[in-house]
Amino acid sequence: MTTKLVIGMDGHQSGGRAVDYAKRLAELIGDCELIVAYVIEWSPFSFQTAEENEQRHKRREEEIATAMERVVDPTVKALSEAGFKARGVVRHGDVAETLNAISKSEGAEQIIVSRASDGGFANRIFGSATSNLVMSASVPVTVVNQGDEK
Amino acid sequence: MSFSKVLLAAPLAIAATAGSALAQEAMTLDQRVNETFASLTGPFVNLIFAPFPGTSFPWIVMWLVVAATVFTLYFGFVQFRYFKHAISLVKGDYSDPKDAGEVSHFQALATALSGTVGLGNIAGVAVAIGIGGPGATFWMILAGLLGMASKFTECTLGVKYRNEYPDGTVSGGPMYYISKGFKELGLPGGKVLAVMFSIFCILGALGGGNMFQANQAHAQLTGIFGEFPGWITGIVFAVIVFAVIAGGVKSIARVTEKVVPFMALMYVGAALIILVINYDLIGWAFGQIFEGAFTGLGVAGGFVGALIQGFKRAAFSNEAGVGSAAIAHSAVRTNEPITEGFVSLLEPLIDTVVICTMTALVIIISGQLLIDQETGLYMVEGGKIATVGGTSGVGLTSAAFASGISWFPYVLAVAVILFAFSTMISWSYYGLKSWTYLFGEGKTTELVFKIIFCIFIVIGAAASLGPVIDFSDAAIFAMAVVNIFALYFLMKVVKAELVSYTTRLKSGEIKKFTQ
Repeated sequence: MTTKLVIGMDGHQSGGRAVDYAKRLAELIGDCELIVAYVIEWSPFSFQTAEENEQRHKRREEEIATAMERVVDPTVKALSEAGFKARGVVRHGDVAETLNAISKSEGAEQIIVSRASDGGFANRIFGSATSNLVMSASVPVTVVNQGDEK
Repeated sequence: MSFSKVLLAAPLAIAATAGSALAQEAMTLDQRVNETFASLTGPFVNLIFAPFPGTSFPWIVMWLVVAATVFTLYFGFVQFRYFKHAISLVKGDYSDPKDAGEVSHFQALATALSGTVGLGNIAGVAVAIGIGGPGATFWMILAGLLGMASKFTECTLGVKYRNEYPDGTVSGGPMYYISKGFKELGLPGGKVLAVMFSIFCILGALGGGNMFQANQAHAQLTGIFGEFPGWITGIVFAVIVFAVIAGGVKSIARVTEKVVPFMALMYVGAALIILVINYDLIGWAFGQIFEGAFTGLGVAGGFVGALIQGFKRAAFSNEAGVGSAAIAHSAVRTNEPITEGFVSLLEPLIDTVVICTMTALVIIISGQLLIDQETGLYMVEGGKIATVGGTSGVGLTSAAFASGISWFPYVLAVAVILFAFSTMISWSYYGLKSWTYLFGEGKTTELVFKIIFCIFIVIGAAASLGPVIDFSDAAIFAMAVVNIFALYFLMKVVKAELVSYTTRLKSGEIKKFTQ
């Protein structure tokens, strides 16, 4: 049976470390599929103008296309070229909740993310996406530290 | 004078000083605009508010209430039976997570509410109570509850018959459901009605959605900073609105959209604080509302006067049956148009039953309305209830809140300005949608409407309350004439949707995505 690992991408350089770690895990596991996930932060409870609502569907399509093109597709391509089984997924929503939902619907064994938080006041109060994921995920989460890249 | 007040006062004082040389001329200009406006709009206003022969009851009020009652009965009290389901839909319980990123039910509701929650809730209620007495509140709540069914009907149709363009954008509203729905049912005249609706919607956008807002925002500013010509407020507002709707300064609109809901919560919060402080008067206030609803308590026109005012203000505030909300709600992403109908029925509840009632209770409890101690009836002068300091409209609400929280008028002034601004932005969109329905989409045609819209802001701020409020009401109610006429023919389409959806909901075919 193929083991699935979800890699949470954040669009920053640090995402590369999560990918590197996932590659090492995949090599150790053997039959493994890597799911490269990118979540566009979005809340269904935000306030928008009528004009924004009118154009929302179009904007959403553009946002997905941009995320695919800039973050997900290049990563999937690099993984495939390196001989890994990989595919990508882009979703809108709360980062922690959505990564967890993806891992559940895919039946993944683990979520791998990098810690990209810059700290800040809001994160101290509400917690970063990474810490929220660690607290709420229903599968094990590996957080790869940024190391010296910061 | 506090620092914030100085900050607010400074630019206005400069503007007022700059205009002082022209003050004499300016006041004359205000009066001239006012007179011309009143004479131009008089016949239209008289037609819309014509009473039934031999009575003082305007036919248009009956038109709205009868429609709301018909929809309530036809859909088997849908507003009460599916209230809980509406809350579930807004919470996103039935939203497919795969559709995340699309317009949610909550967002469509919030956008529609930002167009309706505003001065109608603050100034409109004061106008209703100032003329119709506390009893108007009872009829306002009743109209709000019945109006939920009207909103349900029109917003379901708004989503069902919207236009979806290849680039993914959508356009919906009565003009689309009237023309497409009538065609589908093989009925003649759909296009004519759609055109008529669009014309009235443009007038409504310029009236209630624009001039009334500018007018009351100016009244609020003069209440705090003293008298200065209305055209100054008008020009300031016009420049900012133009920057947003034509100049693409989206940041202002975004800030407003985020601040307005908090202002609404703050307004309700302040009203609750005043009610809690005066908890011993709440029972008496409700007594006044019920007694006034059936006796009038001495107001002009007796209980019929209270009823007319209550119904009028409810309709003006929540716009149920008017068709405007159908334009805002039609952007939601759903495969089931009826779900947006369920969500939209919360609008009159929040707007009228909750927020308007809060305003009414604060005004009644504040003691601003003068009562003859001997008779226990309200003292009426010139058709209106006499008030402490002779205030009316937004001034009355402001004075009522000040009696409980002395500094609240300053918060209210900011709230009024933001509400006015947000309502203007919303209605500029409704008007623009009607405009483009009539004249086609294109940058030049759209710019023409936006310029006209901004000119009317200046006229609205300069005209006195009487002609502006009459025209605002007339224009908005004219939309309801066409919309409700069409809804009678199209309601069977909504019924079919309701039966289909509720059958699938009961059978478990339609499931919650969250447990």
